[in-house]
Amino acid sequence: MSEIKVKVGMASCGVAAGASEVYDVLTRYQKESGGFDLGSTACIGMCFEEPIVEFSGGSLGSVSLGAVDPAKIEEHLKDYLDNKLPDANIIQADKHNGKHNELLAGQTRIVLRNCGVIDPKSIEDYEAHGGYTALKKALAMDPDEIIDEVKASGLRGRGGAGFSTGLKWSFAARAKGKKKYVICNADEGDPGAFMDRSTLEGDPHNVIEGMIIGAYAMGADEGYIYCRAEYPMAIRHLLIAIEKAEEKGYLGKKILGTDFSFELHVKEGAGAFVCGEETALMQSIEGKRGMPTIRPPFPAESGLWGCPTNINNVETWANITYIINQGSVEFRKIGTDKSPGTKVFALAGKIAGSGLIEVPMGIELRDIIYKVGGGMKTDKPFKAVQMGGPSGGCIPASLLDTIVDYDSINATGAIMGSGGMVVMDSGTCMVDVARFFLHFTQSESCGKCTFCRIGTRRMLEILTRITEGKGEPEDIDKLEDLAANIIKGSLCGLGQTAPNPVLTTLRYFRDEYLAHIEAKRCPAGVCNSLLRYEVIPDKCVGCTACARKCPVSCISGKVKEVHYIDQEECIRCGACYSACKFGAINKG
Amino acid sequence: MEQDFSPLAESIKRYRGKPGILIPLLQEVQQIMGYLSIDTMAHLSRELDIPAAEIYGVATFYSMFKLKPQGKHIIRICKGTACHVSDADGIKDALKSSLGLEGEEDTTKDMLFTLMEVACLGCCSLAPVIMIDDTTYGKLSPDGIPKILERYAYEEGK
Ligand SMILES: Cc1cc2nc3c(=O)[nH]c(=O)nc-3n(C[C@H](O)[C@H](O)[C@H](O)COP(=O)(O)O)c2cc1C
Ligand code: FES
Repeated sequence: MSEIKVKVGMASCGVAAGASEVYDVLTRYQKESGGFDLGSTACIGMCFEEPIVEFSGGSLGSVSLGAVDPAKIEEHLKDYLDNKLPDANIIQADKHNGKHNELLAGQTRIVLRNCGVIDPKSIEDYEAHGGYTALKKALAMDPDEIIDEVKASGLRGRGGAGFSTGLKWSFAARAKGKKKYVICNADEGDPGAFMDRSTLEGDPHNVIEGMIIGAYAMGADEGYIYCRAEYPMAIRHLLIAIEKAEEKGYLGKKILGTDFSFELHVKEGAGAFVCGEETALMQSIEGKRGMPTIRPPFPAESGLWGCPTNINNVETWANITYIINQGSVEFRKIGTDKSPGTKVFALAGKIAGSGLIEVPMGIELRDIIYKVGGGMKTDKPFKAVQMGGPSGGCIPASLLDTIVDYDSINATGAIMGSGGMVVMDSGTCMVDVARFFLHFTQSESCGKCTFCRIGTRRMLEILTRITEGKGEPEDIDKLEDLAANIIKGSLCGLGQTAPNPVLTTLRYFRDEYLAHIEAKRCPAGVCNSLLRYEVIPDKCVGCTACARKCPVSCISGKVKEVHYIDQEECIRCGACYSACKFGAINKG
Repeated sequence: MEQDFSPLAESIKRYRGKPGILIPLLQEVQQIMGYLSIDTMAHLSRELDIPAAEIYGVATFYSMFKLKPQGKHIIRICKGTACHVSDADGIKDALKSSLGLEGEEDTTKDMLFTLMEVACLGCCSLAPVIMIDDTTYGKLSPDGIPKILERYAYEEGK
């Protein structure tokens, strides 16, 4: 063991950005010269800076480098070993200036406390960071005491709806039945969200420990983690973690010498968004088509194979160890009265600091985007932030002072959702975004309810028509009508919330719909059929580049003279726009 | 022509009679056979005494199950929200033109690649993203696509 530690971020995002290559270089260098310990960790959340390497244990303290070039890492490490600050892209350091020190400072980490810190494949590392102490404490408590503590914490389900976790646990605990199940919902279907992936890749034991505590409190002896198949690394880390926990006696028969036994399985999803809905998920575990069923009966009475079942989201489970160890009073000090604790968000889209953040509830959206998220990615101004995925909505700039808690976000027409936040700038067309989500829900509808199956299809057709410039003035009324009926006529949350993306964009960006329908223009310049490419006479130098690139030869003009695009012939392919080096083609 | 189902015997034996096995079993069978043909499903139905309609129902419900032969490498193109607003369509066009796929075609004639769309690969911060087999590629631009594909074609000596 050496004092100096080198850790490479090897979560999916790191590997996709080239972390394996960096790791290989460091492995080779370690064999040659030694002098440091090499290890891997998961995602610290600054995905936009991957690959990330952290040096620590030297006199310089901890220094993290971002966007690491495998060809230079050896040199940077030599510097660090010589107590010289590497001349590199330092993104974070405890004793020095790091580019993003303040991004982390705006966060409060409960769920992600170990992510990017420990080696997720090592149970010893987890234990060294306080792992499995909550379980030991819980096993010495009365099951009811645990449920009361979770109730008192005010924790609300992080899977989207925000139902009180303690209350839900008490239903399952009270339900009659010898056999009970607990389930972790890791289906994470929201396209544009990756909180659960990172949590499971980065700290699988924390979720597992939460589940063991919950199972003990509710009297369950078997559990499932339902994880989507697109997350191979999360599944691998979970399987390793379960095996190690069994070896150490945290899972299995007679846990830590008590009479409590608990067996945990990982179930791989097979690619169906609706399986994130709890009743559909259980159908899927039973090996059937994942069709939602009518509630009641709720899972707490009759769930998996007819037994009382409690199902929570990954992040909900990941809060349990903190609540047990620190107590509900300490937990309530974070966040707001009605929404205590923190929330993990996946920032993506047109934001500079895309990645994973954990912030206290009650923070303003503006602070998330401009402080914790580092502001916009390009010069284009902020337009909206999409929250809650296909069930959610777009929140406009005028509402950026909304605070993050379940009730305030609901009031905007969006929902908190599971934590996906996709930031959009002026180059994003809101009608196109609405169409995008409708396309998604329409193709993911399981087909059971007529309104969800056919109503969403009719909405999609109307939206497609609008983006193609064939919209009619009555279309907006038709959309609102259909939306109201789909909400009323659908059994599960998929249908009930499917119209939200359309309704919120109609509420905040109605002008943009009107521009498409009446003026036949797409103000953001996204909808192809509505685009017009025009030469800006003042900027055109007559280089002929555009005319030579045009596949339908609809651009005329002599050398050194202003060119002209024939709108009748133009097929709106954009070739002229990319070819022009003088910015003389206007797209809009 | 009758397909040879003997490679499935071991899996069938292992799963027979257990509850809730259909999805993992079909996953395993698809791994072995490459895809789920009608004949394969009929064979499973006979061997396991599960109605063929139930097997077909499950196979068509989940996007993971393929009812047609697939290319050697599966290219998943992300059409999630973050990728959509970062021009995933441009990446798809570039992939299709590099692979010579037209219209609704999804598999190359040499059976080397199959292109499919998925909702989100969970690497949204690197949008736009594609995944070829188990490898994820992020921060893509349409111009960079041919170079990525070259590596795979090169391995085949093409
Ligand atoms: C269409 C649909 C998709 C859903 N997808 C997910 C999901 O991917 N992950 C999740 O945790 N909950 C999802 N939910 C919510 C679950 O039904 C359920 O409320 C949640 O797992 C409860 O956990 P919680 O109380 O910890 O939030 C979805 C709901 C619907 C209607
Ligand atoms: S939206 Fe493409 S990876 Fe998530």
